[in-house]
Amino acid sequence: MAVSSPTTDLAPARSARHRGRLPDRVFHGLSAGAGWLILVVLAAVAIFLFLRAWPALSASAEDLNAISWMNGASIATYVGPLIFGTLLSALLALVIAVPLSLGIALFISHYAPRKLAQGLGYVIDLLAAIPSVVYGLWGALWLAPVLDPVFGWLSGTLGFIPLFEGYTAPARNVMAASVVLAVMILPIISAVAREVFLQTPRLHEEAALALGATRWEVVRMAVLPFGRSGLISASMLGLGRALGETMAVLMILSPGYAVSFFLLQPGQHQSIAANIAAKFPESSGLSVSVLIATGLALFVITLLVNLAARAIIARRAEFSGAN
Amino acid sequence: MTTPTPLARAATSAPLEPEPQTPSPLAPRGGRLPRYVPYAVGAASLVFAYLLLLVVASPGIPSVVASAAALYAVAITIVSRVVEGHRWAVDRLATTLVTFAFAVALIPLVSLLWTVGSKGAALFSAEFLTTDMVGVFGDMTSGGVAHAIVGTLAVTATAALISVPIGLLTAIYLVEYGRGRVAKGITFLVDVMTGIPSIVAGLFAFALFTLIMGPAYRSGFMGAVALAVLMTPVVIRSVEEMLRLVPNELREAAYALGVPKWLTIVKVVLRTAVAGIVTGIMLAVARVIGETAPLLITVGILTRSSWNVLEGRMATLPVFAYNQYQQGGVGVDRAWAAALTLILIVMILNLAARMISRVFAPKGAAH
Repeated sequence: MAVSSPTTDLAPARSARHRGRLPDRVFHGLSAGAGWLILVVLAAVAIFLFLRAWPALSASAEDLNAISWMNGASIATYVGPLIFGTLLSALLALVIAVPLSLGIALFISHYAPRKLAQGLGYVIDLLAAIPSVVYGLWGALWLAPVLDPVFGWLSGTLGFIPLFEGYTAPARNVMAASVVLAVMILPIISAVAREVFLQTPRLHEEAALALGATRWEVVRMAVLPFGRSGLISASMLGLGRALGETMAVLMILSPGYAVSFFLLQPGQHQSIAANIAAKFPESSGLSVSVLIATGLALFVITLLVNLAARAIIARRAEFSGAN
Repeated sequence: MTTPTPLARAATSAPLEPEPQTPSPLAPRGGRLPRYVPYAVGAASLVFAYLLLLVVASPGIPSVVASAAALYAVAITIVSRVVEGHRWAVDRLATTLVTFAFAVALIPLVSLLWTVGSKGAALFSAEFLTTDMVGVFGDMTSGGVAHAIVGTLAVTATAALISVPIGLLTAIYLVEYGRGRVAKGITFLVDVMTGIPSIVAGLFAFALFTLIMGPAYRSGFMGAVALAVLMTPVVIRSVEEMLRLVPNELREAAYALGVPKWLTIVKVVLRTAVAGIVTGIMLAVARVIGETAPLLITVGILTRSSWNVLEGRMATLPVFAYNQYQQGGVGVDRAWAAALTLILIVMILNLAARMISRVFAPKGAAH
């Protein structure tokens, strides 16, 4: 944006011709090769997943039904509920995490005392450093009992809404898994949002203050319009992470293969990633291919989310007031 | 700055607004609230919440704090609305909500670190760190994570060995050489790669190796490839950021002295950015060292130490923790202790990253 990107036009052609020609070419070639390797790896991910998934995609219904845990006559009917579970848990996590992250980012960038701000940012970053398996342990053994009375109360008072109907202890439902997912994506969303908010042109803020705006009005009129695209991209990053997160869902959620919106009932949902991790160690042959086919679906979904995020950012960038 | 849109909007929505101190329709109606008022309201809502819960239900610390917070948010807004007027009331409400959001985010962090620390301490000892799981079964409380530490270090080091050169060179290409469509395309692909779910990376490594080596093949190298897929984009991003911070004047000065481009990059650009690069790589390692899902399906688990990355299953800390949790009983204690070990390793890496960045920083360089 503001920083002028280092251009290379100034490289002295002269001296390159003298001494540095061959090493220069080698170095250029190496670094360009590494860049192209990224493309190769991504293509390889798609190709190899597809190759290994192909036996399952082309298998007959009888062969598929021979797999003990297979429910549904085809890959599509098997993966459908899993996709639903994945999207549901990730979107729930996003609904919880985005408002909180917005608050955290604003607190660190504009509300906390200047001296404390950096330290507080580091504290939130600590959340990102914690391994997912530890989140799984914490969610299953600490958070689930804590959430139990909350869910009980929610189901008791708001149970007439189908969403919260019929809570049964222990809290191994999609809501509990989403709470842990939300905690896991908090640091990513808030870190990106914080960086963007800190980049708000100082002049914009001071101008708003000089016009007599309160702190909230400064945030609303100068900071948020500037940071909106950043917040959206941060949320998309968080969504991508939540879609693919395995361990938290695997260790907390009691799995089921229904397409239902009963957020507080166990045995209703399962995410693709957790399903793969749960079944993979005991699978062989065609069942591995089925699991890899579901992994391919997950890959495509996260790819689409990322592409959508890029598209939104690219369009918003023009209006953000930056550059 | 040629795009003052937010400013323009601010100016039109609040035209000619004077400073808050001078009395005017837009300034606080009866002046600002005294400084002690928020604290007084806070204390009052705590007491009130306690009394209320005493009547309605039994007061516990979490429920009192939660209802006091809600009461405070409502009360301070009403008080401010009466004394200071609408705009300041909104401002106070926003401040309250933003602060609460931060406080809420601290709850999981504190409880997580506390739980892992206290529950992990039950089995965590020097013996736990130096023994493996050979001959441990049933309710035995002996056994440890030595083999898992070995595996984690071996797999992560291999992953770093793969992804650091690729990441470094790609970042150099993007900053120093790349222009136009190719560079944009690669930047885009790196973004896409960042979004690959860890389990998909694991499946990729599995698909790749089992197609070549046969369906029963499991090895640390397979896991390392999966981790490298996850780690490379992180390395690229952080190195790229660091290289862009190197001032152009340094490059121009080197060119003016007739230094060839590759030497300029190696001796000037990389040298200037080395502290940030090392920090970025360490943080990427710290991020990848706790990955569980890809290792679960590629490396598996083993009861003894193995340094052989190329052949056979290995134990790794995250998978060990998950495996023990699944077994239940004493296993849960072991899982907590393994989680504590893992968190300690990650913290040490994070601290080391910061220390190294200080040691490596060129003298006199701006941070």
